Amino acid sequence: MSAATATELARRLRARLGASAVVTDEAARRTYECDGLAHYRTVPALVVLPESAEQVRTVVRECHEAGVPWVARGSGTGLSGGALPHADGVLIVTSRMRRILSIDLANGRAVVEPGVINLAISRAVADDGWFYAPDPSSQSVCSIGGNVAENSGGAKCVKYGFTVHHVTGLELCTSEGELIRIGSWLAADAPGYDLTGLVVGSEGTLGIVTKVVVRLLRRPEQVTTLLAGFPSMAEAGAATSALVAAGLVPAAVEMMDALAISAAEQAVACRYPEGAGAVLIVELDGPAVEVAEEEWTVREVFADCGAIEVRRAVDEAERAEIWKGRKSAFAAVGRISRNYIVQDGVIPRTSLASVLASIDELARAAGIRVANVFHAGDGNLHPLVLYDETVPGELDAALSVSGAILDLCLAHGGSITGEHGVGVDKMAKMPRMFSADDLQTMQLLRCAFDPPGLANPGKIFPTPRLCGEPPRPRSAESAPGIHQGIEIW
Amino acid sequence: MVTNAASLVRPADVAGVVDVVRSAGAAGPVGRTLTIQGAGTKAAWGGSLTAVDIVLSTTGLTGVVAHEPGDRVVTVRSGTPLRELQETLAAAGQRLCVESGYDDATIGGVLASGEAGPLRLRYGSGRDLLIGVEFVRADGVVARSGGRVVKNVAGYDLGRLLCGSFGTVGVITTATFRLHPRPAASAWVVAAGVRKDALLSPGGLPPGGLADGAGTRERAAIAVLADIATMVPSAVEGNLDGPDDAGEVAVLVEGSPAGVAARARTVQALMADQLAGVDVAVVAQPPSWWGRYPFGDGDIGLKLALPVTAVPVVLATLHERFSALLTVRGSLGSGVLYAGLPATVDVRLLTDALADVRAWLAGTGGSVVVVTAPPSIRDGLDLWGEVAGLSLMRRLKAQFDPAGRFTAGRFVGGL
Repeated sequence: MSAATATELARRLRARLGASAVVTDEAARRTYECDGLAHYRTVPALVVLPESAEQVRTVVRECHEAGVPWVARGSGTGLSGGALPHADGVLIVTSRMRRILSIDLANGRAVVEPGVINLAISRAVADDGWFYAPDPSSQSVCSIGGNVAENSGGAKCVKYGFTVHHVTGLELCTSEGELIRIGSWLAADAPGYDLTGLVVGSEGTLGIVTKVVVRLLRRPEQVTTLLAGFPSMAEAGAATSALVAAGLVPAAVEMMDALAISAAEQAVACRYPEGAGAVLIVELDGPAVEVAEEEWTVREVFADCGAIEVRRAVDEAERAEIWKGRKSAFAAVGRISRNYIVQDGVIPRTSLASVLASIDELARAAGIRVANVFHAGDGNLHPLVLYDETVPGELDAALSVSGAILDLCLAHGGSITGEHGVGVDKMAKMPRMFSADDLQTMQLLRCAFDPPGLANPGKIFPTPRLCGEPPRPRSAESAPGIHQGIEIW
Repeated sequence: MVTNAASLVRPADVAGVVDVVRSAGAAGPVGRTLTIQGAGTKAAWGGSLTAVDIVLSTTGLTGVVAHEPGDRVVTVRSGTPLRELQETLAAAGQRLCVESGYDDATIGGVLASGEAGPLRLRYGSGRDLLIGVEFVRADGVVARSGGRVVKNVAGYDLGRLLCGSFGTVGVITTATFRLHPRPAASAWVVAAGVRKDALLSPGGLPPGGLADGAGTRERAAIAVLADIATMVPSAVEGNLDGPDDAGEVAVLVEGSPAGVAARARTVQALMADQLAGVDVAVVAQPPSWWGRYPFGDGDIGLKLALPVTAVPVVLATLHERFSALLTVRGSLGSGVLYAGLPATVDVRLLTDALADVRAWLAGTGGSVVVVTAPPSIRDGLDLWGEVAGLSLMRRLKAQFDPAGRFTAGRFVGGL
């Protein structure tokens, strides 16, 4: 937008929202230039911090009238650039919308504003014995609105599912500035299309949520956490497969390799089993009798697969001790490498061993180190590709390895993202996973929700679709090749 | 409801589906309309079709495409009977936690109608377990979303649009699901001879609406739900059929043999305590009504999707108005229940009851939907009630099927 438009928009929004809600100063705007994926940076033309749904609507309406794009941002912890601002647009920050509006334990629901921190929900109901299940690693700082946008997972989604399974309703501000309630709120199965399920995971491209209705669960009777050290990733991988074969559905199955362990050790002194080439963390929860039985099954599997040491935590302090290394792993890698790329890809669980071996080969061939930290239970890899930006050529080598890992995931029938989202980071990979028809079909959804294309434009899809264009059958010959998108980008 | 004039086509593969859809679109400026049908078990569900020239049967699209037990994932063609799929999966010690009230239902039909059985309490419904889908659009384009891995957030999840869409968006051709291990042991804790007044809150709908905090009075059978939640029941079902003292509540517990035995005993004790004077037994088989709709061909069937605290009040209200004509079954645990009424019921009474209950639920997200009714009654009823987000749904339909070729009239708002 032009400087004149920005000035006028800022003036109008100040008049409606108050001066403190509108940020125009360049240095202040610059603090919002990126989200958790810091190598994409764009200073937004304007930053607005609304305090209520009505204020969000005001901002969106003004943007709609002026034809100005906008991007929603929660805590800015996203790892795919989903909240990367638009240079000519407004950044709508939800951090002042942190009220838990209601808690209804009898119906197992809470209604919260989008800026509420994930962990705050579980904390609010903990004394009554309830919790909110999705637990991304950033749960102490990430917002529920951001979780909705990204359909966030976490360590326990192998058993409990993702954000989409725990959100029953939304208040949505459409890009035309209409506040609508969708979904089943305190009930289940709203009649009509599952609009809530479509909005969750749409990365802020279908509107901005102003209220979120989350499902609350009763805390399990027993939680047991086991930590096992293995000689190498091969044994830990075999143990993961054996747990599945034994018919177990643990709450979490997490794996770290030697490099990740050594980084965590240096950062937080987690004291994982000495000499371990890999560790597995398995958390079991549920009725006490069954958790006890399952623990023995897990211990047998560990022993059969050559575990060198097994530890057990049953109280919160011991559990925190075990999880400390895993939860700090991403940041800890900063101790052993100047720079690193956090990758997020998914493979079928049964391909684990072969994919890990291939990642090792890729890294070796490129002369790059890769630390592996991942949700083994659902095949969600988080390889950390290490490099030093001051060494010429290392960044390129790291990017190339990181990209090749995603190709590897796709070659095994997997996905380019399990929980971090596409954002701007993986748009170019979308045509490798989906055909041009698939991507064009997905964008029909966007055209229904956001015809002017003002909600977080330039994300997810490498080739945006113009909504005026009616869908037509096309012959196979005229369909663009699936690699065309990559050439364009 | 399909007219006799419509022609039935049964393509054998996706290319065949594309041909049918394309040729329907090419037939003159208006084109022809299609309705999509699996086994036809729910052909009488939804609104009356305004027009149908072609019935596109998916029953030629059958079989498992891929099943990798180690990944707990299966890809299956949409015309495959759910029962057949379950048999295949059972051989590998696995199951798909999606159920139908009809024995012959196909995968595609269960997804498109949004059917879910007792297990929904613990596992959700089809849309929660569907991880990838392939479908044919109204213009004949084949599209996919999701994938073959259980965790995946790449792109929009179009499966969410198709599930519960009653065939108004596209023809589902292939579905990929997340699976679960079959439990080693199962037990049903059944309370029989529950007096209806232990389940219901009589006295009509409290003044005001539920969203305004109008009192919901917890009844024993509902209160027991909170107590047994930590025993992780897979299902909590109720059956109110016949005489006032013949209600039943049944809780399914699944897991290891020792675990199930212990939990079933705990649930039994808690239920016996809450439902004083009632016989509570632990049995190895489900009651005969388990997972069955309380309505048959030609009856009126309602789906009540309620906040669980509203269940006693809403059921009591319907019971007071229809007394012995009303039968109710479903998930007390998740608040999704079905009610059956004979077609001879006073339609004005039904219209009033729907309006009153819907008004009382306003703002809570709860709904009462007329799932099925004879055509003569159906066309005079508001089948869906007020639908949140209907204008967005109209826009979705306009994007995916601008000519209104698929299943016109059957869905919310006449879509």
